[in-house]
Amino acid sequence: MSIQLERRKAVQTDEVAGYERMLEIREFENQINGLFAAGLIRGTTHLCLGQEALDIALAAELRPTDTVMATYRGHGIALALGLTPESVLGEIMGKTIGCCGGVGGSMHLADMTLGLLPTSAIVGGGIPIAAGAGLAYQLLGQDNVGVAVFGDGATNIGAFHEGLNLAAIWKLPVIFICDNNVYGEYSRIDKTTPLEDLHMRADSYKMAHYAVDGMDVHATRKGIKEAVDRARSGGGPTLIEAKTYRFAGHSRADKALYRPEGELEKWMERDPIKLTEEDLVKRGLLDSAKIEKMRADMTKTIEGVVATCQAAPDPTVASMFENVFTK
Amino acid sequence: MAAMQFRQAIVNALADEMRSDPTVMLFGEDVAEAEGPFKTSEGLLAEFGPVRVRDTPISEMGFTGAAVGAAILGAKPVVEIMFIEFLGVALDQVVTEAAKMRYLSNGKLSVPMVVRASCGSGLGFGSQHSQTLENWFTATPGLKLIMLSDAQAAYSLTRAAIQDPDPVVILEPRILYAKRGEVDKNLKIEIGKARVLRDGTDITIVTSGQMVDVCRAAIEESGVNAALIDLATIIPWDRVTVLNSVKKTGRLVVVEEAPLSGGWGSEIVAATTSALFSELKAAPFRITSPDIPVPYSGPLETRYIPTKDDVARQLKEVIATGKTPKTWWEMEGLK
Repeated sequence: MSIQLERRKAVQTDEVAGYERMLEIREFENQINGLFAAGLIRGTTHLCLGQEALDIALAAELRPTDTVMATYRGHGIALALGLTPESVLGEIMGKTIGCCGGVGGSMHLADMTLGLLPTSAIVGGGIPIAAGAGLAYQLLGQDNVGVAVFGDGATNIGAFHEGLNLAAIWKLPVIFICDNNVYGEYSRIDKTTPLEDLHMRADSYKMAHYAVDGMDVHATRKGIKEAVDRARSGGGPTLIEAKTYRFAGHSRADKALYRPEGELEKWMERDPIKLTEEDLVKRGLLDSAKIEKMRADMTKTIEGVVATCQAAPDPTVASMFENVFTK
Repeated sequence: MAAMQFRQAIVNALADEMRSDPTVMLFGEDVAEAEGPFKTSEGLLAEFGPVRVRDTPISEMGFTGAAVGAAILGAKPVVEIMFIEFLGVALDQVVTEAAKMRYLSNGKLSVPMVVRASCGSGLGFGSQHSQTLENWFTATPGLKLIMLSDAQAAYSLTRAAIQDPDPVVILEPRILYAKRGEVDKNLKIEIGKARVLRDGTDITIVTSGQMVDVCRAAIEESGVNAALIDLATIIPWDRVTVLNSVKKTGRLVVVEEAPLSGGWGSEIVAATTSALFSELKAAPFRITSPDIPVPYSGPLETRYIPTKDDVARQLKEVIATGKTPKTWWEMEGLK
């Protein structure tokens, strides 16, 4: 089994490994934030700090043969699904060891052995594509599931409505997961959308829909499992709204000064990593000494990943001419 | 060989591909029960059933995007866009998603999808249903672009496009749907290969779509011994065939249905001029429509696109004078 699939299996079978992966995502995002700030990585990046529970829940409930179409805020999903930190950071740094050989960058991460299509940098662009994955599964008689993960802002773009409608009329095995992190780029969702519970929009497509506490791994897993079971058994699509919060700004340029005072602090009381820790400690699966050691080890691990990726070779000029066409 | 209408050649190509490959499917607005607004899917629902032949809502972005996903995961979807204008709302899926997937996956993914769309002027459909719009796609690496010109091209190139592992857009000049032509089902036309329809010594005409017939008639009317090349694949275009012909004739005219500015013909003129400058007997030039929307009125629309008479005039003039002929609207003081 490849190291990627082993990493995937770990979060599917071991809750402590799932917690450790959340730490990995958190540490990864914090360290690359520093690298961008220091000018050591070019371009832009979109951090998923605060949304780690959804990433882990998805990885735990989906099979590697299911297809995930996610977004430019995708480092966490990629790591959760099983991509190695080297292949994700290598890609973010544009190196050959990156999961796309360095031609993609932070916004385009992929590994089809884990079911991750190249993440889309177009808001809503992946929603009909996930429906199409479900269409292929329906045509070919496979019991896989297509999954679209997108933000709250995407529920206002046509692709969302067209993708949901199509999946509903054709009863496609698809799960639409709206990661409602309260902000679409720099705008609070209540300024752009006359609806608090975004999952209600599925009502107009007669599609199953509900919200889950996106800060809580168990609640999110339960919601995803219900949708996966429905999709695999021919019951059609589901829209799940995971209520989360974006701890960072939209992208590296955004300091999120528009947030109401106290809002971030209030959400951080329900930091998914903190909630998971409390749960695992309460159930005797972790204690504070172990947690401290895991955190310290993870910092070192990611520091090692950064060093590896910084030392990795750049792609050859010839490589950028490859893969435009199949032949 | 069999004589059939252009639209029937498309039906035959779709049916033959669907028979030989169970992963080929067709969807679009009114393609199933109504058998296509231009009857290009006649009999397909009856033969292949509702899983493989589907009517969609009026949601080009949705169903074109679904084709991208289905193509990646093992289907070979053909989507029909009723009028090429309607692809405007789905360009993201074609240009920014489908054409990038292979590159962004470092070669691990293919998107074997086909987007078919009717296009072009001549039927009185007005400004928003009469454009060719092929130039929307010409700066999109990762995408192939075909313009059909007759029944044989319709059959052979539609099959080639479905078999192609990369995303292909096929433009079908709707004025040709009812036109009959001979089709040899065994004849293969490769994507990326131009069709030399007539050899000639005096000038090379490169054209595509419904302009092929116009040029053929103009050659006859003018008496000019012109080579006629149907480019067929606009992206990637066949440099070898075009340059080889111009080497022989020393002259080039590109005839396009689209408006003057920003056309693919400019690329061909530029490439040919750069490669063969010292061998040219006259400056390569283009014959196009003017930079105005397609007008509705019958007499206006007829004048709008390059006509047989105007192409014939320009062919004779460039050979007689060696100078680039003026456009008809310049001559009439209308620019």
